[in-house]
Amino acid sequence: MSEHVVDTGRRKMLTVSASAVGAVGAAVVLVPFLSSMSPSAEALAAGAPVEVDISKLEPGQMIQVEWRRKPVWIVNRTDRMLDTLLDITPKLRDPNSDNLEMQPEVMRNETRSLRPDVLVLVGLCTHLGCSPTYRPEIAPADLGPEWEGGFYCPCHGSRFDISGRVYKNVPANANLEVPPYKFLDENVLVVGELDEGQKGAV
Amino acid sequence: MSNKPGGVIGWVDSRLPVIEFWEAHLSKYYAPKNFNFFYFFGSLALLVLVLQIVTGIFLTMHYKPDAELAFASVEFIMRDVEWGWLIRYMHSTGASAFFVVVYLHMLRGLMYGSFKEPRELIWIFGMLIYVCLMAEAFMGYLLPWGQMSYWGAQVIVNLFGTVPIVGDELALWIRGDYVVSDATLNRFFALHVIAVPIVLLGLVVAHIAALHTVGSNNPDGVEIKKNKGPDGIPVDGIPFHPYYTVKDVVGVVVFLFIFALVVFFAPEMGGYFLEHANFEPANPLATPEHIAPVWYFTPFYTVLRAIPDPFMGVVAMGAAVMILFFLPWIDKNKVRSIRYRSFLYKVNLAVFLVAFVWLGYLGVQPVTPMASQMALRLSEIYFLFFIILGIYSTQRSVGYYLGWFVALTAIITVYDFARNNEDIASLTWSTWIIPVAYMFVTLALAAFTNLDQDKEVPERVTA
Repeated sequence: MSEHVVDTGRRKMLTVSASAVGAVGAAVVLVPFLSSMSPSAEALAAGAPVEVDISKLEPGQMIQVEWRRKPVWIVNRTDRMLDTLLDITPKLRDPNSDNLEMQPEVMRNETRSLRPDVLVLVGLCTHLGCSPTYRPEIAPADLGPEWEGGFYCPCHGSRFDISGRVYKNVPANANLEVPPYKFLDENVLVVGELDEGQKGAV
Repeated sequence: MSNKPGGVIGWVDSRLPVIEFWEAHLSKYYAPKNFNFFYFFGSLALLVLVLQIVTGIFLTMHYKPDAELAFASVEFIMRDVEWGWLIRYMHSTGASAFFVVVYLHMLRGLMYGSFKEPRELIWIFGMLIYVCLMAEAFMGYLLPWGQMSYWGAQVIVNLFGTVPIVGDELALWIRGDYVVSDATLNRFFALHVIAVPIVLLGLVVAHIAALHTVGSNNPDGVEIKKNKGPDGIPVDGIPFHPYYTVKDVVGVVVFLFIFALVVFFAPEMGGYFLEHANFEPANPLATPEHIAPVWYFTPFYTVLRAIPDPFMGVVAMGAAVMILFFLPWIDKNKVRSIRYRSFLYKVNLAVFLVAFVWLGYLGVQPVTPMASQMALRLSEIYFLFFIILGIYSTQRSVGYYLGWFVALTAIITVYDFARNNEDIASLTWSTWIIPVAYMFVTLALAAFTNLDQDKEVPERVTA
């Protein structure tokens, strides 16, 4: 039997370096698995603009269309509704739409719209994504005497005014999102696209 | 060993230690002789786990994890598959039964101090099982693709979206799409039928292995291994088999009797086990009028709703679950069992249980100003319970109790001033009394009476 001395330092170095290389390999292998759970090319591609005819929309009425599989609301606002917008600003968290992510720049105005009478909103609560209910009536029993009409989320009680602006002291902390849209003519609007010239300002 | 068995068993045993396993975990695993009613729920949880796996396997034979087909395939199971309705109702009732059994099992651990040294790891494995069960139940609930499935998943996945900076990306990655969709359903199916069950089984093995290493606690909280006979067997221990296997059979019979009553006569349980809105196919454009999670999530859901800020609400809800993991390091009182704990400890635990059930009740109720005030107050009590539990780890001085009373009252009052506004002022200040009265009883009374005194723990188990 030959003289055999175990070099433990060398052994340890080999063990540690082999483990380290193995760990890096294992971590890299995670990438394809985790990435496979991201939205597929198909999901990314979905979302063509939607054309909506609003000629039949009565004053005060809301219709709902589907855009990128999300509900989009279109409300024909009456003058009475528009009158409430100024009175209630002290009760709102972001009355001037200072959160720029929630609407294209061109809709960042007093009515959060291109035309005061036509309101377009993504109908998902900015809290946890429930679809709020359209509650145009004034002071209904369940919403209290202060209610001036707007949107109420049944899931967690968030309240929004008739421009989708969020009230103070509710779970949601951002106004409802205004999607990009444009008018083709007086009665037809396209959800999902801004007018040329207004692009880049989203 | 001289008494090695022959025959088939002997042949197998010399190749695989089956006899050793049988003895270590059943015929020579000595459990305290004084187990009571609350000790049924461990073995019942195991029974329900098997029930869920078996019924689940048969459901996957007919279910289709596709947004176009899922709802109809569940109806197909209910109407056209032979006995499909029974298998599905066993599975859906089993989910609720699992939580009933697990909550009682956890309550047992809480009452008898079963999480305390040296059983911390058993408790932690148990908590991991509980968290896995919640994930399993949540993902399973999406599969029928009803309205409640859809909107429940939408809300819960969006909880991850409230995390600062990475939130939106994270929620997108979980859903695999911009909204809950076919991609989400498909992956939840994979996780529900393969990934989580495997983890769950591994955790159950770890839970039981850790238990059998240190031995079972008992209603007296007395360590039976400290008192062994000349044969090395605990004097107050009895072999798990046949004594407790037979006892557990009684539990199983009673449990299955109740289980069958629910399956056959009230599988929807008035909308608490299967919610009414879930009998309508998922509609991404309309949230049901009133949405609430299934009953076993409602206490934590109420904590979420109690905090106005979305991210802080999620943090509070997460903390409400996570704090349970730390129980072994919060309650460091040497006395394990509630039987020998102080009067005020019992009051504290009783208030906690009431608060937990009440939080659960509020979770299925619509949001009103009064309900959200109560939700906040009960959430405060939920967390205060653990602080007071920590304070009760030993008897404290008058100054210590009063110091905490003043400090905690100050924190709650400052928070009330911060969140208050004229709309809710009267509710804020009238409900302020609830947590303060609770702390007055648990802390001020502890300071000025001897109701905080624990009792003498006997040397051996009683009865």
